Amino acid sequence: MVSERPKVQFDKLTVRFGDHVALRDITLDVRHNEILGIIGPAGSGKTSLLRTLNRTLELTRGARVTGTVRIDADDIYRLGSVSDLRRRVGMVAPLPVGLPMSIYDNVAFAPRMSGVRDKTTLDGLVETCLTQAALWDEVKDRLADLGTKLSGGQQQRLTIARALSHEPEVLCLDEFSIAIDPVTTMRIEEVLKELKSTITILLVTNLVQQARRLADRSAFLLTSELVEVGPTEQLFGREPKDRRTFEYVHGMFG
Amino acid sequence: MGVFQSSPEAQRRHFMQSVAKSVFACMTALLVLPVIAIVGLLFVRGGSALSFEFLFSAPLQGMTAGGIWPAIVGTVWLVGVSLAVAAPIGVLAAVYLNEYAGDSWLTRIIHLAIVNLAGVPSIVHALFGVGAFVLFFSLGTSILSASLTLAIMTLPVIIASTKEALSAVPMSFREACWNVGATRWQTIRHVVLPNSVAGILTGVILQVSRAAGETAPILFTGAAFFLPHLPQSVNDQCMALSMHLFTLSTQVPNVPPQITYGTALVLLLVVLSVNTTSIIIRSRVRRRRRW
Repeated sequence: MVSERPKVQFDKLTVRFGDHVALRDITLDVRHNEILGIIGPAGSGKTSLLRTLNRTLELTRGARVTGTVRIDADDIYRLGSVSDLRRRVGMVAPLPVGLPMSIYDNVAFAPRMSGVRDKTTLDGLVETCLTQAALWDEVKDRLADLGTKLSGGQQQRLTIARALSHEPEVLCLDEFSIAIDPVTTMRIEEVLKELKSTITILLVTNLVQQARRLADRSAFLLTSELVEVGPTEQLFGREPKDRRTFEYVHGMFG
Repeated sequence: MGVFQSSPEAQRRHFMQSVAKSVFACMTALLVLPVIAIVGLLFVRGGSALSFEFLFSAPLQGMTAGGIWPAIVGTVWLVGVSLAVAAPIGVLAAVYLNEYAGDSWLTRIIHLAIVNLAGVPSIVHALFGVGAFVLFFSLGTSILSASLTLAIMTLPVIIASTKEALSAVPMSFREACWNVGATRWQTIRHVVLPNSVAGILTGVILQVSRAAGETAPILFTGAAFFLPHLPQSVNDQCMALSMHLFTLSTQVPNVPPQITYGTALVLLLVVLSVNTTSIIIRSRVRRRRRW
């Protein structure tokens, strides 16, 4: 088989907010069906990296993006429809957001917006996505309740269900578990491991253990630059390529 | 000194707190006083004029007798037509400005223009209406000219209140919609508008009462001193409550005071009932808040 093209390719990606450089010259591949962990201290550019991928970064005032980002063969900054791109990329932001509509409608929103009308199809999707987000059991009897009235952790899982509802090829998780208890987090992590067989996952996390448990490979960002990317065991092991990686990873434990 | 005895410093603080509270309360009372006085005076002087007869018959004997029906009908025409023009334009423009337009020098100029338009005195609007609608567009003195003048006067406030209602919908909702691939229009249609429509309506309704009360903008553009017949189309002139009140009190000799006060009372009741409607809508929606 010919060497496979990476699922996502960041090539010489630079992001500026006005004069501030948020990401500098990032070149990074994400392989098909892997979980890529992205670690790094606050302000290192992790969130910006994800937000270039569904082009929500450019909604921020003063943001400028140079370089290319590809999903499969498509240069996403040359695609005609941003909405189509965003359907291909699921995005879970760190702050939980329930839309001001029923729990059911929250999950059915994206499919409906892309034209799905069939009730049975929608019912199935809603159940699947809520189950994958480990929320189904808690809300199955009150799907008509408002999504905004759920607790923070539940809204976070609702956000995950919504991100899965448009059947993305790439799933970006940005600190998805900060509001979720450890047991439920574990259940979602199990789901992510299963989902990996069909989709590619980018996982931004401050929980070093989580990256270790889930990520096939990991990338370490520091002050807007990519320090190192490699197999997770390498980054978290005794001998990462870069001394700063070792200090960061072990400083966190210390 | 016992544990629960207050120190002189604490007593002084308590005293100052009481003074501050009384001052604020007095100012609030001062605010309510003129409203009560106006409504009370109108009821005492004009209440006796209120009757079925007064509301539903035309003025008689050089406006010194009869009722105000043509003025009521005229006001409904003027407010209705002006709103039919101003509400859609204002609301749609506000949606554009709030949801689509970025922050550029052009949009800043537009914002500046809207703020300034809102500050233009109504008599200037009136003169503009004469120049633009009556003369330039040859609409003549008509309901249409007067309504368009009123529309231009209410437009900036409708835009401002609509924008405020739209920006009360948290940005995070929009971002959540965009994240799942909804277009801007889908986001506006399914999330932003349903959650701001009450606020938008409130703003528009408040402009109804403002348009009903204004005299200057309709003075030269379409309102008549006296018309025995009701208007048949927007090309006719019409009487109006505010204008009729002005006429009765300054232009016509020997009008029985209860007719003047009665007219003022009706105008006030119309405005108050419209405002009450908007308050009811707002409080209903507050109770049904979705986040």
